[in-house]
Amino acid sequence: MNGISAPFIVIQPGRGLFHLDLAALWEYRELLYFLVWRDLKVRYKQTVIGAGWGLLQPLVTMVVFTVVFAGFAKMPSDGLPYPIFAYTALLPWTYFAQAINRTGACLVGNSALISKVYFPRLIVPLSAVATPAVDFCLSFLILAGMMAWFRVTPTWGVLALPLFMALTVVTALAVGLWLAPLNVRYRDVGYVIPFLTQTWMYASPVVYPVSLVPESWRALYGLNPMAGVIEGFRWALLGKASPDFGVIAVSAGAMAMLAVGGVLYFRRMERTFADVI
Amino acid sequence: MSDVALRVENLSKRYLIGRVKDRYDTLREQIAQGLRSVFHPNGQHGEPPEIWALKDVSFEVKQGEVLGIIGRNGAGKSTLLKILSRITEPTAGRATIYGRVSSLLEVGTGFQPDLSGRENIYLNGAILGMRKAEIDGKFDEIVAFAEIGKFLDTPVKRYSSGMYVRLAFAVAAYLKPDILVIDEVLAVGDVAFQNKCLGKMGATAREGRTVLFVSHNMGAIANLCNSALWLDAGTIAAHGDVASTINSYLKGASAIVEASSPSSRIETKDVRVLDVRVRDSNGEECSTFGMGATIVVEFSVEFFRPFSSVDLALEVKRTATGLHVLHMVNQDCGFLIEKIAAGRRWFRVEIPDCTLYPAVYKISVWVGRGSTTLEHIPDAATFTMVQSGVSMRTTPLSYHSEAVFYVASKWTEV
Repeated sequence: MNGISAPFIVIQPGRGLFHLDLAALWEYRELLYFLVWRDLKVRYKQTVIGAGWGLLQPLVTMVVFTVVFAGFAKMPSDGLPYPIFAYTALLPWTYFAQAINRTGACLVGNSALISKVYFPRLIVPLSAVATPAVDFCLSFLILAGMMAWFRVTPTWGVLALPLFMALTVVTALAVGLWLAPLNVRYRDVGYVIPFLTQTWMYASPVVYPVSLVPESWRALYGLNPMAGVIEGFRWALLGKASPDFGVIAVSAGAMAMLAVGGVLYFRRMERTFADVI
Repeated sequence: MSDVALRVENLSKRYLIGRVKDRYDTLREQIAQGLRSVFHPNGQHGEPPEIWALKDVSFEVKQGEVLGIIGRNGAGKSTLLKILSRITEPTAGRATIYGRVSSLLEVGTGFQPDLSGRENIYLNGAILGMRKAEIDGKFDEIVAFAEIGKFLDTPVKRYSSGMYVRLAFAVAAYLKPDILVIDEVLAVGDVAFQNKCLGKMGATAREGRTVLFVSHNMGAIANLCNSALWLDAGTIAAHGDVASTINSYLKGASAIVEASSPSSRIETKDVRVLDVRVRDSNGEECSTFGMGATIVVEFSVEFFRPFSSVDLALEVKRTATGLHVLHMVNQDCGFLIEKIAAGRRWFRVEIPDCTLYPAVYKISVWVGRGSTTLEHIPDAATFTMVQSGVSMRTTPLSYHSEAVFYVASKWTEV
């Protein structure tokens, strides 16, 4: 009769097994690392310029936006050079669009794993938002070059940058946690995502400044978490004089609610992933 | 109580058959369905058709026990393993597992074709729940077990299927959980490697780990397991020691074979073979024999006309490989069958001290004259050989499954 010190697991219907188990997530942290590592390796093995694509995409978009919006449409840019104004927004935006694209497809793409092996299912969307973070970080190199070229000196606001980066990642994860289980049930979601990201971009201050949005609509506008994120990026990096902290605060609140709801929804749906996928 | 590794209580799992279709559902259909039910609230909904893959299954597994799970396809074996591996939730009941579980429901889950063998070892190990440090420590052993040597840094998409399976199994073979759950993963790969894997699993079992093992290979079950559970249509049909459980399963199974394939017999109007029975030396019907036991086969032949003489033969082949291993004819012992009148005659064939290697075998019966076949019934009966005390070997004999007969070799140093 040795004391039952061994860990034991109870498997039963309902929440006993499937409540948010941070200890289990921690236990499987190495799997998270290996899934990210796998996705990066595969990508770099099959492409010639590898990481270059991650850098090229926001760069080319920035050039196009500068020609179309600054050149033709005379879009105001809060007194900043338009290229750097646009690129600062494209940094979090490109990451966000890639992350929700990947997260939306992550469960379906890993269906072999999900139907054959146990691990905390949250690992899969977590790895999907972690992988494009590498491009996200690399893109800052180009930004640094542009800041030197346009002689923009960062202010103390730059210290808040990690906070806004974290906000971007959590927002992408929150949206992904809704999209991924939906995509398991309804494959339509796969078609909706590209359309969603395109529309969402114009609902966010990527090509235009927040100051263009009428004052009375700002609070509502802030409900889009990416509005706050982008405003925060511009303030932190470019020392934009008067950021709209109201928009940032509303966005942070909206993001928190989206994230909590996303985790709950994901945990509820994950019970049937293996049966439905 | 503390020596229980796994307790399953009234475990049930229901699948809605409609769910299967849901997979192809789209939002559009769902919305249309929603509208329909708004307009026709009392429409012909009814209960969705459902199927109980498992129904009130209860059993216990002791620590260090190796439990074989047998049953026909669709009996609920895989569902049981999926619930115990926490891949899917039960609908009712519960299971309590004391210890760390690893499950191997498929070989090579998560293998990434573009990555090299080396990279896939780490990836697959992590997927199966191994730590990087753990994989580092066993890396050389895994590579040696998989026999992939110089292809270690080649992308696995360039591997032969044999190499692929070997590598995949090698990673899994070095899992060290308290409880190991294995589905029919050995059905892949060549015979030699299968036996190597069985050997590895036998070693795992001897280290005192608890193993749950699903297989259709009765020889493997008989050798590796010390108890067996027979699932039939989602419920437990039998649970107990290996030999008797396999025995009752095979009796049930062979009845199905006979009923479903009557046309595989070559029949002529003149002769008919009936009632093929396998018995032990006490005359009891039996289908599992320890090596060295005496096997008795009895059958009757109905002659529809007189014959001046006939010959009878029994053939025994290995079910898994189809290899014919025995051929026995009445003339072997000088027994002749002559001047036969129409009517029914009974024959008895005794195979004394049968030392066929552990495996499942099928018997076919042939009646003819010279080289003319009057009647031939393939797969008329089945029996299983299991290891017994004839050999003092401690490793299961079935590892060397290309060997057919055990002989009592004498070993000395000179």
